[in-house]
Amino acid sequence: MIPESHRFPDRAGLALADEGLRLALDRARQGFIGNRRKAVDALPEFPALREAARRIKDHTLSNLDLYLERFESQVTASGGQVHWAADAPAARARIIDICREAGARTVTKGKSMVGEEVALNEALEEAGLEVVETDLGEYIIQLADETPSHIVAPAIHKTREEIRDLFAKHHAPLGLGPPGLGNAELVARAREVLRRDFLRADVGITGANFLIAESGSTVIVTNEGNGDLSNTLPRVHIVIAGIEKVLPGYEDLCTVLRLLARSATGQEMSVYTTVSTGPRRSADLDGPEEFHVVLVDNGRSGMLGGEFREMLRCIRCGACLNHCPVYHAVGGHAYGWVYTGPMGSVLTPLIVGLDRAHHLPNACTLNGRCEQVCPMSIPLPSMLRKLRARGFERGLGTRTSRLGLAMWGFLARRPALYRPVAGAAMGVMGWLGRRRGAFRRVPLAGGWTAVRDLPAPEGETFQRAWRRRGSGGR
Amino acid sequence: MSAGSGGAPAGSAPAGGRDRVLGAVRAAVRRDPAEAAVRRAEIEARIAAREVHVRPPVEGDLTARFAEKVALVASTFAPVKGVDRVSKAVADYLDEHGLGREIVVTTDPLVEQVRWSNEFAVARRAADPDDRVSVTGAFAGIAETGTLVFVSDRRTPTTLNFLPETHVAVLARDRLVPHLEDVWERLRDERADSPRTVNFITGPSRTGDIELQLEIGAHGPRRLHVLLVDV
Ligand code: SF4
Repeated sequence: MIPESHRFPDRAGLALADEGLRLALDRARQGFIGNRRKAVDALPEFPALREAARRIKDHTLSNLDLYLERFESQVTASGGQVHWAADAPAARARIIDICREAGARTVTKGKSMVGEEVALNEALEEAGLEVVETDLGEYIIQLADETPSHIVAPAIHKTREEIRDLFAKHHAPLGLGPPGLGNAELVARAREVLRRDFLRADVGITGANFLIAESGSTVIVTNEGNGDLSNTLPRVHIVIAGIEKVLPGYEDLCTVLRLLARSATGQEMSVYTTVSTGPRRSADLDGPEEFHVVLVDNGRSGMLGGEFREMLRCIRCGACLNHCPVYHAVGGHAYGWVYTGPMGSVLTPLIVGLDRAHHLPNACTLNGRCEQVCPMSIPLPSMLRKLRARGFERGLGTRTSRLGLAMWGFLARRPALYRPVAGAAMGVMGWLGRRRGAFRRVPLAGGWTAVRDLPAPEGETFQRAWRRRGSGGR
Repeated sequence: MSAGSGGAPAGSAPAGGRDRVLGAVRAAVRRDPAEAAVRRAEIEARIAAREVHVRPPVEGDLTARFAEKVALVASTFAPVKGVDRVSKAVADYLDEHGLGREIVVTTDPLVEQVRWSNEFAVARRAADPDDRVSVTGAFAGIAETGTLVFVSDRRTPTTLNFLPETHVAVLARDRLVPHLEDVWERLRDERADSPRTVNFITGPSRTGDIELQLEIGAHGPRRLHVLLVDV
């Protein structure tokens, strides 16, 4: 999709006025935070795992060229093919070529964030292919012609009524009436419809949570089983993956797996962790005949060589979104592109350019919770500060440098939204709010102030925060 | 300027992709060509060392731990005293769910030993879309998380783990291991080549994509039943 991150203030304003979205986000916040907490508390080794994972990933990134070459030679040795794409157009072109060479008409897709990043679906459709997203959340937003609003739960913003209506509309041509409104009925309907697609698809495209240099394997981690049907049933399996996904060996994978599901959904393991190595062996009874891995750079080597290398440790678990008060106030679509929340506020400017996304690093209260919960210990707040500084140097920050301030004003009205957030920002912001009075005229587009009065935090809270932090409190 | 695709020319030649990407990565990590050989030997040594990092302790009885974890992920579990009782155990489970006697099975050594009673209609092949019940031999079980491991080969097709609504997994007790890492050790020991697919399966298929409510049975099996067999 074309990035619309420059419209963050307008979109945030609209999101704040959307009560349905508010309900959905509240539900998400409570579910994700509580489940993660329980899973992390139940594992005393979590901090040690986090440290080990950081070391593994740092080591791999400092030798990324060698590990990529190792990965490539192993894929080739197991009968697969590696393709390299420097940017989004190259990735799209390569995948279209593979589909054409395979004579493909229908493609089923497992969930892939890098697929979203390079706008793969649109390109495949333009090339005349029928593309079916098979992850339930991705399927729903494909029917709605929207982008994911959460990297783990793409359709988190949709209500069951909206989903029922989408199914009713899109399944009518298949001769199916409107499904019931129950969760089970909706899921059963999607299962039924998508089964047909799995069985007739010529190509299955999946992402990769990890690539293993030891063996040339690709790894996907899912709960639904759609990724497995996509990579087993069609004749051709294409994996699209960012170059930063490599891990040296299986033992390294085990360590990172212990962090991923716990951080994402609070599970110890996701239901399906699937390791694919090459195409089917000659005696196998099923599996694809062709196996392709498309390695995508698209800005990653730039991060690798500069002060944002640590961002490449990201395993897309979504914990930073789930603990971000700004994300919970405005939802994913306000961010205007495929990556959202704190990780999106760093990645989007680095991939699409700061000039097109300079609002994002500013839409942050710098409360620090994202870094605390990030299983890969990515210093998101300091990266956001660096991006703010860059934006300011380029004269991009004038109108919106107070966006974070306004955000906080909104959040102050809703203690539940920042209850999970460390109290650090509170004293400072409370003080600012008090001095300036209520945030009635925040520097945002009309949508925001038209619907919200944004008072400063109540005095008692402010006093407490102030005393705790002392007068130097910043 | 930020590194990015924003202004990149469309349709850059795929053929040059490898050099361009690897060249950019080498520059980013400041690779000194004179040292590359040494570094390459180092990463080979690191891979060969197979160093285990941090593992949560798995103490006490493996079976008890495995059974407890399996129940937590919405699977069901039954211990079976000997291969000769597997047929009966499967029949009991199918009766419980009103599922008839048509099954598709793997032909791995353990499941091959099962002598199915006459009432069963047994097929040995990859899964068809209409299959309702599969019975498949597991490569390993992991006590740490209640995970089952399946590997693909000519005897154990992957589709049997995904297409049927009901999946009965048969696991030999001596293939129960404490940790994730142990599975890789066994695979390296027992197989000359890596299989096309290794499936780590922890419970029946599920989704939380509608209003974040857990729903069992998304695209894969709705039921996962584990038979732990003393062999
Ligand atoms: S930045 Fe950290 S918390 Fe956020 S998605 Fe990436 S790994 Fe998860």
